[in-house]
Amino acid sequence: MKSKARLEKRGKFLTMLCTLIMLATVVGIIAMVAAKGLSVFFVDKVSIVDFLFKSEWSPSSVDSSGKHLVGALPMIIGSFSVTLLSTLLATPFALGAAIYMNEISGNRGKKILQPIIELLVGIPSVVYGMIGLSTIVPFIRSFAGGSGFGILAGTLVLTIMVLPTITSLSVNAISGVEQSQREAALALGTTRWQTTYKVVLKTALPGIMTAIVLGMARAFGEALAVQMVIGNTTVIPKSLTTPASTLTSILTMSMGNSIPGQLENNILWALALVLMLMSLLFIMIIHFIGNRKKV
Amino acid sequence: MTPKQADKLATGVIYAIVAIICAVLIFILAKVLVEGLPNITLHFLTAPSESFTAGGGIGAQLFNSFYLLVITLIISVPLSMGAAIYLSEYAPANKLTDAVRTAIEVLSSLPSIVVGLFGFLLFVIKLGWNFSILSGALALTIFSLPTLVRVIEQALEKIPDDQREGALALGLTRWECTKNILMPSALPSIVTGIVLAAGRIFGEAAALIYTSGLSAPALDFTSTDFASISNPWNLMRPAETLAVHIWKVNSEGIIPDVSVVSSGSAAVLILGILVFNLLARLLGNVLYKKMVGYSDK
Repeated sequence: MKSKARLEKRGKFLTMLCTLIMLATVVGIIAMVAAKGLSVFFVDKVSIVDFLFKSEWSPSSVDSSGKHLVGALPMIIGSFSVTLLSTLLATPFALGAAIYMNEISGNRGKKILQPIIELLVGIPSVVYGMIGLSTIVPFIRSFAGGSGFGILAGTLVLTIMVLPTITSLSVNAISGVEQSQREAALALGTTRWQTTYKVVLKTALPGIMTAIVLGMARAFGEALAVQMVIGNTTVIPKSLTTPASTLTSILTMSMGNSIPGQLENNILWALALVLMLMSLLFIMIIHFIGNRKKV
Repeated sequence: MTPKQADKLATGVIYAIVAIICAVLIFILAKVLVEGLPNITLHFLTAPSESFTAGGGIGAQLFNSFYLLVITLIISVPLSMGAAIYLSEYAPANKLTDAVRTAIEVLSSLPSIVVGLFGFLLFVIKLGWNFSILSGALALTIFSLPTLVRVIEQALEKIPDDQREGALALGLTRWECTKNILMPSALPSIVTGIVLAAGRIFGEAAALIYTSGLSAPALDFTSTDFASISNPWNLMRPAETLAVHIWKVNSEGIIPDVSVVSSGSAAVLILGILVFNLLARLLGNVLYKKMVGYSDK
């Protein structure tokens, strides 16, 4: 009997240890990225306002007054543009697919569309980037001129990438709507679309919003696929078809070319910090939506 | 427009949307496989890659991808299983548990490049492990933890509480109940989840660029010197994977046959992912039959 109690204690201790290791990892990541990301402001005395709102990015050189050229605005604009545009483009498609699976086709549609969505999730991001590079970029080049690299190419690649994320979460939200609500609406004489639009989508709205925010988080953090098609020029984009850059694309390209401890390296960690803060913000928005749902 | 017409229009639009999504997937698969499959030869699968000339293969990258995947699973599966068991069987409803749940959410939404850079900072620089399989596997572990924990937890939660209560009533401790009753019933779902997660780990590149690195030293399978850079099993050697290789040749490659190498590698990668998907379903069904005694379908 004594050994039984000891076994139980050991089991509980081991599993708790695993949980604490995971918690410590997350706290460690946040603390280390924050410490590294802030050091450029406290140690190198770079101004946060310059970093966020200036548009000249050339960390190894200084301007006439001796200040480092560390304006990250082009990347910030780039990241937000591809994120917002791709979410905007993907959402109608995702909702259409989710409505089809829940309201129109029943089981048969689910059997066809579910594996397609799962496969789209499973395709690695470098493959999306490669297809963007070999198909989308030349296509844009032929009808819009220029090099074809830019926000439009990045947006199109990201649209396909966030589509399955938004779809599968919307499917969950819509299938969570009580069947009796649909039946009540139909009994009142509404058409299927009126029921879907006015009852089902409205009831599922918080869940759909969560799906969209998670899609945005994925788009904002995606690195390689975007880096391959956006052109990676650190100037403020003038149009959708001129080369641009995002926080992730510059990080991917530059981190290996700078020496740890120097300003050129520290400022990259500030970009990583912005990236991390944005993903924390997305989580907070989701919690906010979830809490409102309960009330 | 009458409601009836609106209904017809909306239905038509939704059918069109579904058709477009199907077309996109078929286009992607067809493009990768049609362009890539002809390039897959035995030479391509086994030869070392070239840096400047045409005709290189992906032998080392292919091995690295699988080896890194195995090492990652060896580290991450026990860890996530422990955490999932604690969260579903033991965790009291308190602030600490809430914090852990929020931490998992944060981890699952962190961009993989941030995870990769953290790995670079901690494993590669601070701990001095350089670009190595160990650094890469730990970064991939961080990347895959939230998915694995969620999958295992859901598998455990699906088991009816009757089974727990029955086991506890018979005098089993919680640990014995989990080990002997719950884990066997949850095994089919857990295995399916792990294989699906393995597919994601197999295709991940952003977290690896700065942890396991961009170079693939030629491998010598006859080597017995475990500290040698050409020893395939050496955990401290740099190891470029297939997904990283595709990124590298496309974004900074200078080999003349970029399209051949990248389309061939992408086809191998996609085939790998398809196999993982099929395997997940198959293994899940087989195990389910074995555990429950009849098929689900």
